[in-house]
Amino acid sequence: MKRYSLALLAATGLVGLTMGATAAEARDQLHIVGSSTVFPFATAVAEQFGKAGSFKTPVVESTGSGGGIKLFCAGVGDDTPDIANASRKIKDSEIETCKKNGVTAITEVTIGYDGIVLANSKQGPALKLTVQDVWKALAKQVPVDGKLVDNPYKTWQDVNKDLPAEKIEVLGPPTTSGTRDAFVELVMDEGCKDSPEIKAISDAKARTAACGALREDGGYIDAGENDNLIVQKLESNPAALGIFGYSYLEQNADKLQGSLMDGVAPTFENIVSGKYEVSRPLFFYVKNQHADKVPGLREYIAEFVSDKATGQEGYAIDKGLIPLPEDKHKEAAESANALKSMM
Amino acid sequence: MTDFTMPSVAGTATTRLRKPDLSPGRISRRYAAERRFRLYGVLAVSLAMVMLALLLVSIVSKGYSAFMQTRINLDIAFDAQEIDPQNTHDPAVLKAANYTALIRKALSAQFPDVTERIDRRRLYDVVSNGADLQLMKMVLANPAIIGTTQSVSLLAGDDFDMLNKGRISRDVPEAERVLSDKQVGWFDKLQSAGRVHYAFNTDFLTSGDSREPEQAGILGALVGSLLTMITTVVLALPLGVMSAIYLEEFAPKNRLTDIIEVNINNLAAVPSIVFGLLGLAVFLGFFGLPRSAPLVGGLVLSLMTLPTVIIATRTAVKAVPPSIREAAYGVGASQLQVVLHHVLPLATPGIMTGAIIGLARALGESAPLLMIGMVAFIVDVPHSIVDPSTVLPVQVYLWADSPERAFVERTSAGIMVLLVFLVLMNAAAIFVRRRFERRW
Repeated sequence: MKRYSLALLAATGLVGLTMGATAAEARDQLHIVGSSTVFPFATAVAEQFGKAGSFKTPVVESTGSGGGIKLFCAGVGDDTPDIANASRKIKDSEIETCKKNGVTAITEVTIGYDGIVLANSKQGPALKLTVQDVWKALAKQVPVDGKLVDNPYKTWQDVNKDLPAEKIEVLGPPTTSGTRDAFVELVMDEGCKDSPEIKAISDAKARTAACGALREDGGYIDAGENDNLIVQKLESNPAALGIFGYSYLEQNADKLQGSLMDGVAPTFENIVSGKYEVSRPLFFYVKNQHADKVPGLREYIAEFVSDKATGQEGYAIDKGLIPLPEDKHKEAAESANALKSMM
Repeated sequence: MTDFTMPSVAGTATTRLRKPDLSPGRISRRYAAERRFRLYGVLAVSLAMVMLALLLVSIVSKGYSAFMQTRINLDIAFDAQEIDPQNTHDPAVLKAANYTALIRKALSAQFPDVTERIDRRRLYDVVSNGADLQLMKMVLANPAIIGTTQSVSLLAGDDFDMLNKGRISRDVPEAERVLSDKQVGWFDKLQSAGRVHYAFNTDFLTSGDSREPEQAGILGALVGSLLTMITTVVLALPLGVMSAIYLEEFAPKNRLTDIIEVNINNLAAVPSIVFGLLGLAVFLGFFGLPRSAPLVGGLVLSLMTLPTVIIATRTAVKAVPPSIREAAYGVGASQLQVVLHHVLPLATPGIMTGAIIGLARALGESAPLLMIGMVAFIVDVPHSIVDPSTVLPVQVYLWADSPERAFVERTSAGIMVLLVFLVLMNAAAIFVRRRFERRW
């Protein structure tokens, strides 16, 4: 008997394999990849789009911006994604890869903004920071007496005497994260650009590296991609600061307080109006060549840029997305619906 | 006892035989050492138990409330004008009707004094935005209710659900709460009118994922895990058992089989993400299998489980006493008959235990599945091994990463479902072992 059941098992395995081979036919379901920052908004839109009933609910993968664009640019056809979400602009090198693989028409759609906040537990002191303070507190090398040396600062008071004498301990995203890239660009680069010692570096590349390098002696702690984890760690450690997206601050306003940056508090209104400057645009990229092949692609884009979703009071805004100003939103919607290629 | 000296082998040096020290002091020291050793053992076991209890308590205390759900009873007027003005009863018309408007009307009827636009928007949040689907299903199932007024129990919005469960505190200042004082007031009013219910959350076990915490369910991930595990068993078990039996019973012992053996042991220790990369290159890239499918997930995980199954099977086969083989040969059985009729049945408990331990590890994996697209938001419950799907640990990870407060309890509830799945698998292993175990 054993013999037969073994043979049966093996046969089932083979049947499974052949079923897989025949399934690679035309796709009737959108396939979206990319940034984990855009993920909560893209999934909200995908769900509404599926509920409307005319098309299947798209599959949305959370791969990170870079990983998503890599898959997106791998070619044209059913086994490649239709849309890549990104929390940063597509790079020229990535566009080159796309072209090389036959992806010749891409539409860029700006969907809104995401604020990056520095926050700590309500039990800790409220901080009034400037980008210069943050840079000095977190950079690997800082200027002391006209020379760049390894960061000697232990407490916030060492950085700026108006700040409390709390140990510098900042939890933030790892190097693979788009949030980290944006933080470096919006805070670290801003904070260092007026320093004469940095200006003295003639090589542009070395200058960027000196600005953007974060300290590795325990002042900055790589806390993983999961923003909720950072929030939980802040709750249990009132002395620490965390770096994460604005929507997490909004949801945890009873436990956390956002630090003022250059005198501006990280509130919804301040981010919308642009007063709070540590914010970045979010995008998605559409493969135009799929528009007439995969059913629902045009309709999904229309849903995403509709007022109902990303307008001033849309449901994606309820999920924590910061909306574009009205005129810009209209402009973005028009160019998205027309599938205006950026290449 | 007498002391004596013994000439050593070398003949020059002499060694004194040790006399046993039976003094009371030494004996009590020996007993004390034994008691200490036992104490360490008990301490180690209790430490492990405390950790396990802490883990379970923290998960269950956070997650149990996800199995209950706040619902709100509203008197919905199924207005014929709104749903089906031409009285066609055509499903397409019934599907397209605006059921949200019906809910909003019912809510406004409850709170006629709420007139400002912003306030009304906030009021509508009391009921989940998926509630219109529930009404649509009711009408489609029974078009006769059009024109009547029914008392319908609708899902509450996630923030109000959290309020009802005490996970949003009423004591903190209004500015720090997701809900405003007005919203809390409305909810209290509904509650004192007896319209708030707290019932078992069947939706959690019967629906797929959602971005709205109150609508999110585990079924999609559960079915995905089941399909992935079935694929893994179907591939890894026969392949693993056959390779192990060949290597153990038939293969010549030479350098080549030694190298194979070492490599199988190495393979068991390879980090799982490597198998994911392999799956991406081979199954998706070369064979062109669909992304996000349990088939590919199962293939990748079976590669990962294979070494465990092979090693467990070889150990189990080795443990079958030679006397049984020799007796079988003695009555004239061929080598194949010895293996299939005697060795394999006797080794089954060991094989099954090993296989299920390997599967339990595969069930908890999420890293290799990232590469093949199973870390994804998928609403539809998969029906076959080529439908896009996700698995339980991935679902837990995705929920843990969501900002909404209500996903905290879903995350823990997801872990509870995963643990139940694991316990069932381990129970199956124990059952199989008890059933087939032989003593000799």
